[in-house]
Amino acid sequence: MIAYWAIFSARLRMLLQYRAAALAGLSTQLFWGLIRVMAFEAFYRSSTVIAPMPVEQVVDYIWLGQAFLMLLPVRLDSEIRTLVRSGNVAYELVRPLDLYNFWYMRTIASCLAPTTLRSIPLLALALWVFDMRLPPSAAAAAAFALTMVSALLLAAALSNLLNITLMWTVAGEGTAGIMQVATFLFCGMIVPLPLFPDWLQPLLTYSPFAGLMDLPFRLYTGHISSDQVGSVLARQLGWTLALVAFGRLLLARGTRVLVTQGG
Amino acid sequence: MAKIIVENLVKTYRIAERQPGLTGALRGLVHRNHRTIHALNGISFTLDRGELVGYIGPNGAGKSTTVKVLSGILVPDSGTCKVLGRVPWLERVEHVRRIGVVFGQRTQLWWDLPVVESFDLLCSIYKVPRTDYRARLAELVERLDLGAFLDVPVRQLSLGQRMRCDLAASLLHGPEILFLDEPTIGLDAVSKLAVRDFVKQLNRERGTTVILTTHDMDDIEALCKRIMVIGKGDILSDGTIEDLRATVSSERDLIVDLEQEADIADPDARLVRRDGHRVHLRFDPRRISAPALISRITARHGVRDLFVENPPIEEIIAQLYRAQQKT
Repeated sequence: MIAYWAIFSARLRMLLQYRAAALAGLSTQLFWGLIRVMAFEAFYRSSTVIAPMPVEQVVDYIWLGQAFLMLLPVRLDSEIRTLVRSGNVAYELVRPLDLYNFWYMRTIASCLAPTTLRSIPLLALALWVFDMRLPPSAAAAAAFALTMVSALLLAAALSNLLNITLMWTVAGEGTAGIMQVATFLFCGMIVPLPLFPDWLQPLLTYSPFAGLMDLPFRLYTGHISSDQVGSVLARQLGWTLALVAFGRLLLARGTRVLVTQGG
Repeated sequence: MAKIIVENLVKTYRIAERQPGLTGALRGLVHRNHRTIHALNGISFTLDRGELVGYIGPNGAGKSTTVKVLSGILVPDSGTCKVLGRVPWLERVEHVRRIGVVFGQRTQLWWDLPVVESFDLLCSIYKVPRTDYRARLAELVERLDLGAFLDVPVRQLSLGQRMRCDLAASLLHGPEILFLDEPTIGLDAVSKLAVRDFVKQLNRERGTTVILTTHDMDDIEALCKRIMVIGKGDILSDGTIEDLRATVSSERDLIVDLEQEADIADPDARLVRRDGHRVHLRFDPRRISAPALISRITARHGVRDLFVENPPIEEIIAQLYRAQQKT
């Protein structure tokens, strides 16, 4: 356990150095957030039907989405990608560690560090300057915090799957592209999931992507009552376990076909 | 008890081939030709504790593949292999705890971290007790002379400095077997000597078993009592340097500096080269002994100096490869 912790903290410390990137990201996300808020407010104002989610909740949902953008499993871990490309993955295999856990720890760190750097200032600004609201109750806040932690585990499991496909593709842009489209669409980043057609709802809320953003955000806004937290956690953790199991299987196969690049 | 037992190890790679040019690329979308490369053709050997073995062969002969199978990185197609009683690829985690590996062309250190932080991280990964770690680190720092750049990020080190750090990194957990895959590649003469001395000392004092692959024959001659030559996936020769010489030819070179420039003609010696006063002769000691040849030459020519030496090891190995190619 000490070993995995050491890797986690080393990677985290490394990633927390990127202040300029965080600052640039922060302004981009602020800009996007404002545009999206305006667009949705315009839609709501011109609509005559009762929407399945009130506009105030949509605004909170959008700001949360901007704040936690870096959590989404849409990028390859740059370090693991370089390792596989250069063949340095050979050194990973001579460490007395389970390779899946080794990479999972790294991935958690590389999801957590940029998310922390961006979410805190962005949330502060959104709450203070723009019209974002605090959760309706302490229970909702607690439910949100808890489900965000398991969202991190879920995101890292998905992300790690992406890393593992590198064993076959070496480059990995293709798989990352597919993952990006699926994630953005089905986690609620583009349009909040409650606004999708009714017949899609069961499919959407039980997909692994809903656990990344949609479900925790709806707990925050009160769209899902905080006594549903157990069910949300079960969905998130169920998917995490399934994805970890699948990733392990894939990695075990991957190490058998492994060809070390560059001699 | 043998530390490493290898029997009939086979490893093949399948490589997709593409025809050159645009038409070739388009055809590759529909149909691909695969070529099978036999990296290891069923090799077998055993190694005992404390041996320092040189493993040599041309590029693509299967040296690195062997090292990677023995260190648990690659899974072979067939054959068995036991290292310290374990099958490397089946019990990888337990296995790698007791071995150290250096790949000369890569680094195991974290590129952006200071050297000492990489060492700390490795210490946590291998769960080395702190007191052991401090003692080992102090010794390695002294022996490999790392003190001056422990706090420098790895990316700023010279190749020689980096290699010394990599060597130290592979030994922090006190492994019983050390695999060195081309540890002197690209190093200058001073760094090469430092690495050689260190490896020699490690083998002698600690009894660490070392397997060394290299293209540098000076490494081999300076370090290894036993040499395995591999070519195209087969072991061509396994034994001492003398055995290796004997399998190819027993010939020796006699180099004579003459008083006056002249050609030496002798029925039992062949003229290899003449540079001014210096004449290189090659002879077979089974046909004529060195003293006999020397006395014959000194009787006929004024000789300023002379010495006998073995043909360079490179030449011997090149002959081995040529012989393999013919069969």
